[in-house]
Amino acid sequence: MKKIKNSLGALTMPLVALGVLLLFNLIRCIVTGSWSFYEISIATDEKGSVLTGNLISIIDSASALVILAMGMTLVTAACGGQDISVGAVGAIAGAFFVIMMHPQKEVQMSTLTSVAWPNVILGVVVAIIAAVIFCLFNGVLVAYFKIQPMIATLILFSCGRSIAYYFLYQALGVGSIKLDDPIIFAIGKTIPGVPIPTSIFVVILVGLLMWLIFKRTNLRLYTQAVGINQKAAQLNGINPVMVKLLSFVMLGVCVAVAAIVKSTSLSTLTTKSLMDSFEMDAILAVAIGANNLGGGKFRLGGSILGAYTIQTLTTTLNAMEVSSDSMKFYKAIVIIVIMVAGSPVVRNWIVSLGNKIKMTTRAARVKEVE
Amino acid sequence: MPNMENQAVLTMRGICKQFPGTKALNNVDFTLRKGEIHALMGENGAGKSTLIKVLTGVYGKDAGSIWVDGTEGEARIHSPQDAQNIGISTVYQEITLCPNLSVAENMFIGRTKGPFVNWWSRNKRTTEILESLNIPARARQELSQCSLAVQQMVAIARAVDMNCKVLILDEPTSSLDEHEVEMLFGLMRDLRDRGVGIIFVTHFLEQVYAVSDRITVLRNGELVGEWPVAELPQVELVARMMGKDLDDMVDLDAVGEKSVGSDETVYEAVGLSSTECKPFDFQIHKGEVNGFTGLLGSGRSESVRAIFGADRVTGGMVMVKGQHAVINKPYRAMKKGIGYLPEDRKRDGIVADLSVRENIILALQVMKGFFHPMSRDEMEAFADEYIKALQIKTASQETPIGSLSGGNQQKVILARWLLTHPDYLILDEPTRGIDVGTKLEIQRLVLKLAEEGMSVTFISSEIEEMLRTCSRLIVMRDRNIVGELTGDQLTQGQIMRTIAGGEQ
Amino acid sequence: MTTIQPDLRKKKRFERLTDAQLLTIISGTIFVVMYLIAVLSIEEFKKPQVLFDITNYYSYLIIIACALTIVMVGGGINISVGGVICLTCMVCTMFMKDSGIEDPTLLLWATFGVAIAIGAAFGAFQGALISFLEIQPFIITLGGMFLARGLTTILSGGKNVTLPDDNPFAKWMAELEIKIPELGTQRIRKGKVFINPAVLNWVTIIAIAVVVIIYLVMRFTKFGRNTYAIGGNQQSAQMLGINVKQTRFNTYLLSGVLSGLAGFVFMMFNGAGGKTGIGLRFEMDAIAASIIGGTLLSGGVGNVIGSFFGAMILGTLQKIIWFSGLQEAYWQDMANGVMLGIFIVMQSVVLGVRGKGKISLPFAKGKASLEKG
Repeated sequence: MKKIKNSLGALTMPLVALGVLLLFNLIRCIVTGSWSFYEISIATDEKGSVLTGNLISIIDSASALVILAMGMTLVTAACGGQDISVGAVGAIAGAFFVIMMHPQKEVQMSTLTSVAWPNVILGVVVAIIAAVIFCLFNGVLVAYFKIQPMIATLILFSCGRSIAYYFLYQALGVGSIKLDDPIIFAIGKTIPGVPIPTSIFVVILVGLLMWLIFKRTNLRLYTQAVGINQKAAQLNGINPVMVKLLSFVMLGVCVAVAAIVKSTSLSTLTTKSLMDSFEMDAILAVAIGANNLGGGKFRLGGSILGAYTIQTLTTTLNAMEVSSDSMKFYKAIVIIVIMVAGSPVVRNWIVSLGNKIKMTTRAARVKEVE
Repeated sequence: MPNMENQAVLTMRGICKQFPGTKALNNVDFTLRKGEIHALMGENGAGKSTLIKVLTGVYGKDAGSIWVDGTEGEARIHSPQDAQNIGISTVYQEITLCPNLSVAENMFIGRTKGPFVNWWSRNKRTTEILESLNIPARARQELSQCSLAVQQMVAIARAVDMNCKVLILDEPTSSLDEHEVEMLFGLMRDLRDRGVGIIFVTHFLEQVYAVSDRITVLRNGELVGEWPVAELPQVELVARMMGKDLDDMVDLDAVGEKSVGSDETVYEAVGLSSTECKPFDFQIHKGEVNGFTGLLGSGRSESVRAIFGADRVTGGMVMVKGQHAVINKPYRAMKKGIGYLPEDRKRDGIVADLSVRENIILALQVMKGFFHPMSRDEMEAFADEYIKALQIKTASQETPIGSLSGGNQQKVILARWLLTHPDYLILDEPTRGIDVGTKLEIQRLVLKLAEEGMSVTFISSEIEEMLRTCSRLIVMRDRNIVGELTGDQLTQGQIMRTIAGGEQ
Repeated sequence: MTTIQPDLRKKKRFERLTDAQLLTIISGTIFVVMYLIAVLSIEEFKKPQVLFDITNYYSYLIIIACALTIVMVGGGINISVGGVICLTCMVCTMFMKDSGIEDPTLLLWATFGVAIAIGAAFGAFQGALISFLEIQPFIITLGGMFLARGLTTILSGGKNVTLPDDNPFAKWMAELEIKIPELGTQRIRKGKVFINPAVLNWVTIIAIAVVVIIYLVMRFTKFGRNTYAIGGNQQSAQMLGINVKQTRFNTYLLSGVLSGLAGFVFMMFNGAGGKTGIGLRFEMDAIAASIIGGTLLSGGVGNVIGSFFGAMILGTLQKIIWFSGLQEAYWQDMANGVMLGIFIVMQSVVLGVRGKGKISLPFAKGKASLEKG
């Protein structure tokens, strides 16, 4: 019981943020009298029946971000900085995914149809390998050359998308390709006969994998030790370079999976815009999850909640018919409010206020007794 | 300072300070006279640092009053700036200057009015001050290029130039070698003669007697008393600090029986060298306690780091229990049954944000391997056992180690290594910066471990400690081993002579 | 008698250079070498006009690189500059169209004031949150970026706003150009000599002035030195009696003002008016320029002269790629990435060799002990 209370205590900020957003929607629903935001219905068309509704769409659309946020949390904890190239590396992974799925390489095509399962699996594997290699490039700069992550990843941030474009263009002669195939539909949207979006299963799978890794290995202890005090970790037999590289490898896997989820659910892959500004959202998710961006202790759960919070906000604004560009404005305001509410100064102030109230009520009670 | 009036520059009366859970200061009085060096003594948690932080405005006081000479009425100190303005300057253990600025800038930054600064005149003035105080630095030099001692002296020069009446030196000598300490003492005496009142906080008893005029002792947040140095012999001082009678102090001289060890060689190195130290030969027997001694920077820490593989090993042959071993990183050393408690606890030892439990099991966990995490129950059992065995004072296992006192942090690190049951344990300055009581506990523990068959290397800058615990001393100078002392040779004089060696 | 004194005297001139100076010198040297190679190998670079083109076009980058340098020296980061430029362009364009001020001089200064005010407002807002509420600067300035871009869209309704064709400043700005015939090109056609003078636009003057002023401010004023102090060691700075929060706030305020100025310069030079897509990734270019110029993200090291060279290196690189016939956009990005990579690794190694950085190369230590002996 105490353990649960402890872990909940650390997750207060993202939980409250998510709760407030949902509450806001509830009030909105009451005021407008329309409960469309909370409605979940079953839509049936020729491809089968699917659950629809804003809540489902939040969980579905957040998938890529949730997966990415998990990887970002690890890198943040181990290296004390963030990888800002994840969007670009995602584009590279996506490019390899599509290239490998493409049956005939010579033909220039703007739409990809009729892919076979073996090719898809090959695509997934190669995408993961590619993302891991590029993340390892970042990792080597960070771990061996001791360059701050943000600076090291600035390199791929500025040229990663061009690399993705270059590969896709060399292989298929296009910079953007539509994906229209039942298999891709099954990966990105729903499997026929299953009413739940596939991406939710992917998130659960990745989450389980992470949980298993944390359960079966010392990754958490090692990562935190390296993130908090690298020298001490080293003197206790931990190899900080390996821990940092490992965190980048795991980020690479997350990036590739996120890129596949995102591109298949959009049914299109554009190297210039796939996972655009995802790096910022992922970092935000980590921060909203009350993780220290300077490294050290981390909570994966916080980052996951943070990612869902960001998506809930987007979906809410969508439901309020805010245009996608001006949405940034409201998003910024909510982010700033969350960060201000979670800032040490404000938190201390709230705690001391709470103590004062407690003291006065206690004093009042004492007086009553007397 | 013959004709200096015995006039108080600082008077603190009835100072109280409460923290959640503890009463850090309870009705403490303190008086500092003009032109005296006043040692403020006490064990960890006695309230020295709290008193100083109250005085410098880092903490607000709950009750009591402070008067400073030259300030009308009670001094109101709400921030470090306030303290500076009324003439109270502090030089901390960690250098609190900016390494990326020049010496002159460090002297004057934060004290100038108006948006513009005339650096030319500042440089000139700095050069004058440095020359008058005999500090070997140049005004335009970047501070990071100066040695630690010089940086310390620049910090003092800054305080002096601010016409401070009260100069607080908080553990200024802990990272200086003997020669540098002498330089610092020279500067302190010079300032005393100019009428500055100096509050000197240190853990080194000899230094107190070398330089102070007067001693105030605190214990558990209360004032024990104030004595002129001549009236308080060293043993009595320790007794006052620990709150024990003189009779109990016999213990101090004989912590226990020294252990010479058996014939079995546990560890042997021939021509071992690393990027930081020159080749050296070394061996240690089962159950033996030996020590490396020498001045700071003589290579004693670097040598044990090489044994543990903490620096990059560049050559040499190592035998562990008669078998060849390659120890080029800490993990290999740990696997061979070697443990290492590093010199700088804060930098190399503790993982501050992790809990006491995690800090205790860290080394054992690493030895078990990446794919074999211990269960929660197992960890808790281990942590519990050692918290009890070493009497670690912590609120719970889950308390972050960073919030423990220095001595308890050190015990946690010690527990971490004891838990791995090493055959050979290296303790580099295990008693640095911790209170006398814990120091004794650690020394006793070392002898007990040796008795049980563990080989221990014990390094300390306090020679008495080493004389009390070690049966063999290896003396180093300029990164070379210059002597090995055993048995009757183990006297302070002999050690000094060996350290000083052929220089005459 | 003392061991310290002789040690000190022995240090050679090279050793006395601080990290910051060394990094600046490296970036300056590389810029010069790079430009010379370009002049020798590419025909177009022989014209001085190319250099002026670079400074003219990248004047905004020089200014925001200064903005970033100030913040980074103070140990922070500001990724809202691109957004602020975008917002400034939009608001200023709208202001010029709709303010109703007839007098062009007055209108110009009023617009300038609007630009600076927007920048200052953003700087003050972000600075307050970062320094007084101690929130991570990355997140707050990220929020600032979203805020600025969102505001741009809301204000303009998502449409691009263009300046009227009879832009009152077109003539003005043409007059402000500095024409240098001596550096221009000559063409002789039909026996007549046509001189095509080299043109140095007024925005270059502003950018250079900003570099010089900021350099002097950072070098010689209390604010400047306090900024270096808080970036070098925040706790120490506090102990030395520096008002850390105020100083940090000021760095963000100043960088906001400079972003506003950069927006103004960008709008005036390009005459493009307001678009929602302006300034994308400008912050990253500015960070890259600062880093190439020797500013460390960890704070306390760097100066704007270096950042100027950093911006010029990036600009020159683009020109070289362009003239080399690799005109697809992705080559430019890749060249940027490679350049940045080379610089980052080189800085890391150089600092390592000097024994101050984080890599310790074995020969660095050996050298030190040789000197002693």
